[in-house]
Amino acid sequence: MSTIQPIAGEDEKHPDIALVEQARSGDVSAFDTLVRKYERQVFRIAQHITQNREDAEDVMQDAFLKAYEKLDQFQGNSKFYTWLVRIAVNESLMRLRKRRTGKMVSIDEDVETEEGSVPRDLADWAPDPEQNYSQTQLAEILRKTIQGLPQGFRIVFVLRDVEGLSTEETAETLGLSIPAVKSRLLRARLQLRERLSRYFRRKKSPKATGVEK
Amino acid sequence: MTCTEFLALLDDLIDNSVTAETRAELERHLHGCEHCEVTLNTTRKTIQIYRSHEIYDLPPRLRERLHAAIMSRCKKGC
Ligand SMILES: [Zn+2]
Repeated sequence: MSTIQPIAGEDEKHPDIALVEQARSGDVSAFDTLVRKYERQVFRIAQHITQNREDAEDVMQDAFLKAYEKLDQFQGNSKFYTWLVRIAVNESLMRLRKRRTGKMVSIDEDVETEEGSVPRDLADWAPDPEQNYSQTQLAEILRKTIQGLPQGFRIVFVLRDVEGLSTEETAETLGLSIPAVKSRLLRARLQLRERLSRYFRRKKSPKATGVEK
Repeated sequence: MTCTEFLALLDDLIDNSVTAETRAELERHLHGCEHCEVTLNTTRKTIQIYRSHEIYDLPPRLRERLHAAIMSRCKKGC
């Protein structure tokens, strides 16, 4: 009983793999189950990369149709979700290139910025800072803030922290080295933190704004 | 440990991938450094806020469009 098992924890197959197999043998509803499971994530990723609603809508549709067509190429040794994310990222980048013809779109250009590498805003935040805003306001703040990050940081943060990919999976998906993913993630996190501080810092007086120290 | 050294390990601390020994060192630094404590807590909070709030809602008509497209693909393909 000591055969080498993949590290998956249990030797049970991931439920996605069974659905992929059913879909391959012609069961569309199995594929539809996968779509329903991951449509939100794929749409989110497309939005974060293209920053454009129409593009994100097209990307989501194209990504799933492409996944359906290429299902035979899916190797069971990676997760279906990661495989799907890779398709979504590629479709999004293609869409961006189309839109910005002539302008290079690359996620692996190194982003030269010192911003956020050293925390400057050191004011503590209110205990539940998001509760000072309505859901709509908060969503607007979060969108604006993350949209201001350099593309190469934003994608890494979204894949790692929002979508829950591992460092290795993120590196593979984006064609980056593991140290590159790590350094971008740190800077993305610190920059977001710095920018959110404007909204979330503990307010001493109603007019406590402006430069620190 | 300096603040710069602490910062270099911030992600590993947040992602829980430090050895017990390193963790102890980090905690010792945190004890005496309010700046790093604030940075750690607010960075954690940043991640948690982005993780728990949907900022791009998926429109229902888009889901319908997608499902229709998939079903039509099937009639041709399978
Ligand atoms: Zn410190």
